[in-house]
Amino acid sequence: MSNVALEVRDLVKSFSLDGATIQAVDHVSFQVKSGEFVALVGPSGSGKTTMLSILAALLTPTSGQVLIDGQDLAQMNEKQRVKLRREKIGFTFQSNNLIPYLSARENVEFMLRLNGNLDRAARLRSDELLARLGLAERLHNLPAQMSGGQQQRVAIARALIHNPAVVLADEPTASLDTERAFQVVETFANLIHENERAGIIVTHDLRMCQFVDRVLQMQDGKLVRIYEDKKEILELARGTIH
Amino acid sequence: MKSVSLATYLAVKEVIRNRGRFLLVALVIALITLLVLFIAALGEGLATGNRQYVANLDAQLIVFLEKSDYVITASRLETKTVKSIRRVEGVDDAGAIYTSNTEIVSLAEPLKVSMLGVEPGRPGMPTILEGREFRTGEARETVIDRNVALRSGIQVGDLIEIRSTQGTEDEFFELEVVGLVDGQSYFFQPTIFVPPATWEKIRPQSESELTSDTPFPSIIAVRLVEPSQTDVMSALLMEKVSNIEVTDIETTINNIPGYSAQQGTVQTQGIFTLLIGILVIGGFFQIQILQKVPQIGVLKAIGASNGVVGLSAVMQIILVTALGVGIGGGLTYLFSLGFPPTIPLTFNGERSLIAVILLLLIGPFGGMVSIIYAVRIEPLKALRLG
Ligand SMILES: Nc1ncnc2c1ncn2[C@@H]1O[C@H](COP(=O)(O)OP(=O)(O)OP(=O)(O)O)[C@@H](O)[C@H]1O
Ligand SMILES: [Mg+2]
Repeated sequence: MSNVALEVRDLVKSFSLDGATIQAVDHVSFQVKSGEFVALVGPSGSGKTTMLSILAALLTPTSGQVLIDGQDLAQMNEKQRVKLRREKIGFTFQSNNLIPYLSARENVEFMLRLNGNLDRAARLRSDELLARLGLAERLHNLPAQMSGGQQQRVAIARALIHNPAVVLADEPTASLDTERAFQVVETFANLIHENERAGIIVTHDLRMCQFVDRVLQMQDGKLVRIYEDKKEILELARGTIH
Repeated sequence: MKSVSLATYLAVKEVIRNRGRFLLVALVIALITLLVLFIAALGEGLATGNRQYVANLDAQLIVFLEKSDYVITASRLETKTVKSIRRVEGVDDAGAIYTSNTEIVSLAEPLKVSMLGVEPGRPGMPTILEGREFRTGEARETVIDRNVALRSGIQVGDLIEIRSTQGTEDEFFELEVVGLVDGQSYFFQPTIFVPPATWEKIRPQSESELTSDTPFPSIIAVRLVEPSQTDVMSALLMEKVSNIEVTDIETTINNIPGYSAQQGTVQTQGIFTLLIGILVIGGFFQIQILQKVPQIGVLKAIGASNGVVGLSAVMQIILVTALGVGIGGGLTYLFSLGFPPTIPLTFNGERSLIAVILLLLIGPFGGMVSIIYAVRIEPLKALRLG
């Protein structure tokens, strides 16, 4: 677990609103290696979602570089970015994650369909992954027939099934109670570690940091602090440091 | 292609999982289809009722009285005109046609009919299907059109009685049915044919007309030696024969009183129904797309291309429209089986086909805005709307 899956170099994103310029992301640099699970935390408006959108090639930065699996996003055209999103990136969103007219299994398999590699082996893997996430009995349920936590777990399966280089999760626990939130993030962390993906989770809830390897703290668009020490991270999660 | 199969997968899954909603729209389209097809059939039925006899004439040109503006009811030619016309080179034959209305009263329920005086063996006399042509002179014989037979049960060999108001008196005349011809509706009425001399005796006429015994034909049907030479021949006829104007069958039909106005009205109704269809489909799919913004955002964010998203929207619209038009067509067919022959509905292949094609087009047309909208949704919506 040493190769760099994601690299951000001096990233800037500014919005101009009514003449004023907002630096939503302000000269940020960091790296995430394969098999590493990183939390992105910070107060509301600190630039977390903006950051994630740029990493996902959904938003173009004002300046700076993003490299995924060594490929520079800025060098790509829209078509290549779409390809990158479906091959190299896995996503979970805060809500409305799943396609409402596809069952749990179909939602996960859709990611494989998109990549044109839905064969027997892949189907088996997808069912195994769902079982691993405690959804063996829910394969044929539509999203509307599942709880928020179950939907998030399906989304996690979808984010991992195609073996992306980078997995991005925006507030995956926002709609869950504490107990379920812990379960979901813990399973997520385990899967990231086992499959050697680079995972980034955006969260408001510092307690979730107990499962991550590193915490990136943002404020006003700047990366103000990085927690790497396991002890420090646990203290942060317990709320003993701020 | 991969994006086609992906789009098909998404479109079909969504329609199946939301079949109630899509079926409802398909049913609305089915009703619109039913309406449009019936309007088309009504248009064809009315048109047939109006022009059938003229359209079936074994002739290329119609001669009218000068300045009658090709209106049959306004035209009254002299008897000798037909002879002059036959003498013009390039004319194969010409037949005078005398028009009026009467009523067959020897039935449980009197039947209004067109009574046309025509010359046996000449243009204007339709082909006999059963029985024979009437004799000339004042023979009290008639040939009826199949619609008369269908509606009244009259057969060849029967005697019928007609009523005509002559002057101030109601007069009754007996005619022997000697022959049957194909449907020859004229002026919305089925037709009976009689010899010109008989026509002059038995037609309804005013006090002043009673004093004269010479029948005046309304028009003359002209069959040409060279059927394609209509322009040259009509010019030639007008040059050689005085007090006439000449035109082709099509113009004659379009100038049957009320014909064009009626067809225009029916067509306008059809077009408005199609427009309503476009609005209904457009509205439905637009609302649906607005509801689907987050999920389309997700689809694009996880790597579905605009092509896949747009194509699947197009496929759904086509699927639902085709289903609706199919159901509507089936319903129309079933209804048409149970319609009595007195209602002027004619399901004509050509008109129905045009209607069906237009109906199939209203889907993509109505849904166009929603498709463009779907393609333009930004994948960022998946994150920001969360
Ligand atoms: N499209 C935009 N136009 C203008 N300003 C924007 C736009 N998107 C984000 N911003 C601004 O950029 C800043 C960072 O926003 P962002 O959504 O990234 O914060 P966040 O850390 O995700 O906050 P939260 O925790 O509330 O989700 C905010 O000040 C926001 O108002
Ligand atoms: Mg945010």
